[in-house]
Amino acid sequence: MSVWLDSNSRILVQGITGAEGTKHTRRMVASGSSVVAGVTPGKAGQTVDGGDGDIPVFGSVSDAVEATGANVSVVFVPPRFARAAVEETVDAGVPLCVVITEGIPVADTAGFFQYATNDGRTRLIGPNCPGIISPGQSNAGIIPADITGRGPIGLVSKSGTLTYQMMYELRDLGFSTGIGIGGDPVIGTTHIDALAAFEADPATEAIVMIGEIGGDAEERAAAFIAEHVTKPVVGYVAGFTAPEGKTMGHAGAIVSGSSGTAAAKAEALEAAGVRVGRTPSATARLMRDIVG
Amino acid sequence: MDLFEYQAKDLFAKHGVPVTPGAVATTPAEVRAAAEQFGGTVVVKAQVKTGGRGKAGGVKLGTGPDEAEALAGSILGMDIKGHTVHRVLVTPAAEIAAEYYVSFLLDRAQRAYLCMASVEGGIDIEEVARTKPEALAKVRVDALDGVDDAKAREIVAAARFPDDVADGVAHVLVRLWQVLVGEDATLVEVNPLVKAGDGQVLALDGKVTLDGNAAFRHADHAALAVREETDPLELLAKEKDLNYVKLDGSVGVIGNGAGLVMSTLDVVAYAGEDFGGVEPANFLDIGGGASAQVMADGLEIILGDPQVKAVLVNVFGGITSCDAVADGIVQAFAMLAERGDAVDKPIVVRLDGNNAAEGRRILDEAEHDVIELVDTMDDAARRVAELAAAR
Repeated sequence: MSVWLDSNSRILVQGITGAEGTKHTRRMVASGSSVVAGVTPGKAGQTVDGGDGDIPVFGSVSDAVEATGANVSVVFVPPRFARAAVEETVDAGVPLCVVITEGIPVADTAGFFQYATNDGRTRLIGPNCPGIISPGQSNAGIIPADITGRGPIGLVSKSGTLTYQMMYELRDLGFSTGIGIGGDPVIGTTHIDALAAFEADPATEAIVMIGEIGGDAEERAAAFIAEHVTKPVVGYVAGFTAPEGKTMGHAGAIVSGSSGTAAAKAEALEAAGVRVGRTPSATARLMRDIVG
Repeated sequence: MDLFEYQAKDLFAKHGVPVTPGAVATTPAEVRAAAEQFGGTVVVKAQVKTGGRGKAGGVKLGTGPDEAEALAGSILGMDIKGHTVHRVLVTPAAEIAAEYYVSFLLDRAQRAYLCMASVEGGIDIEEVARTKPEALAKVRVDALDGVDDAKAREIVAAARFPDDVADGVAHVLVRLWQVLVGEDATLVEVNPLVKAGDGQVLALDGKVTLDGNAAFRHADHAALAVREETDPLELLAKEKDLNYVKLDGSVGVIGNGAGLVMSTLDVVAYAGEDFGGVEPANFLDIGGGASAQVMADGLEIILGDPQVKAVLVNVFGGITSCDAVADGIVQAFAMLAERGDAVDKPIVVRLDGNNAAEGRRILDEAEHDVIELVDTMDDAARRVAELAAAR
């Protein structure tokens, strides 16, 4: 078992003919994922070399789904086209849409999030995220698949490279599913959604949650953990030294006044019984005490 | 990007939100000219991107050109919470019958927009939220439905605006929503929104935050960035399209990925506690690609910071393999040498992840005296703090 992505996942790539789309399609295929289709408007009938055979390109998501039974979409299209691309995926009823694209205007994200919510069939992950991986089963996005293998840990993180760092620190133990939810102000899947899914997943024994400054998602996740999560949770929060009022790389990573600080988040998590590490390696050690 | 009040009001006017006329001035003489043009009593308002201007003495009433000019002399150049006042806004004083508050903002938790409105305006709204929460109406705004007249009336009712201003406030709300949507703002705030002596509803102040991600569809927004406020190193980084934030410490930091770099800053500061409080000098995320060019640009900016005594390069090879990053560092040194900027500060490099051994081999072979390889993030932070403290 795993969360939202498994060996039955059939991936379609939106923006497959672009440089990033093609490169990461090949990486996904190389890691054993089943990439069944690509979508680029105006390029129906073409194929893309996936490294292990040609992948058919369709002009629309609905055509791709009809022809291939794709049930996961990974979006690599440029920011200005992202909203239309996601709404097309929702219209086609694809159950999981992973938006890798960085730099989407937040009004567009708020718009397509509402669109997907109203429709009710599609789970969004991202935008501005590295995607989701169930090691040994499937990889939808840009998370390097060779860091670690299958194991008992579930991971949810706002940050891509910290996801990789944490998987590397705990590579000998392995992961059920790693989910990069992204660092934008508005994201589809939240820490809470991921925590609930890991709690329900029999393959996940313990959860590591990585947060960063900005917003109050970690505080809300802490409240959720206290109420609903029985599995052990280890946490890490980046940005203790971040100055107020400066955006630190991610559009959502900003301390506003006294809200959104790393200290407040760590405190909230600890109050909910989460063991919080001061550094990524200290956090990994805490996890080793649990899953040894 | 946060805008100055005068810029916010320009956008308000563009979208039909009623505002008082105003003139921006950078010298007392310009203030005098503006006061003469408006006649009567004027308000001279410091233009800084922080709250509490009034309390700090940055907003004053001048009864005529002489007094306005004298006030400008004291306000221009003044420091308000670390912001130097370089310009003031001069507006005719309005007769105020009542002060209100309205704003639209992105509600990250709800993943929608939120309208906040109160008949108690003109004061710190966070204070109202804390002490009289019942006086602050919060109404969810659907990102797809937006704000039409009916929605505006719902907000007016929720905040219990008096009947005589209901039409005026509803009009402002609909137009203000157009500012948010039309300009891709994540915040539009009016505090105070006033009922003037003649009953008209006017925005007397304005705050707007624009979404930088939407710049591609707003060519006119680039002109709103006022250069003098920004750190020169941050400006240079912006020109080179680097994600850089200047901080106050002595350890320059380069890394890949926003989260990892934020984490690196923390780990450096923790390690620095043992060396008399060594702290990071900057945030710099070179992103996933980390090409030689980007690495060279990054090193150039960091080494151009006179506060930097030692540098930490912390890269986790995920998408990018570490040998490519190592090549980037070697080429960056060559590029900097060509530009006449030989690197003379110690550089601690931690490479981990994909192809790390090969990356370390490349750096070993390059035999640069200033480069020191350390295996883990914690040890690298400790070493760089030690080096910075020793210099």
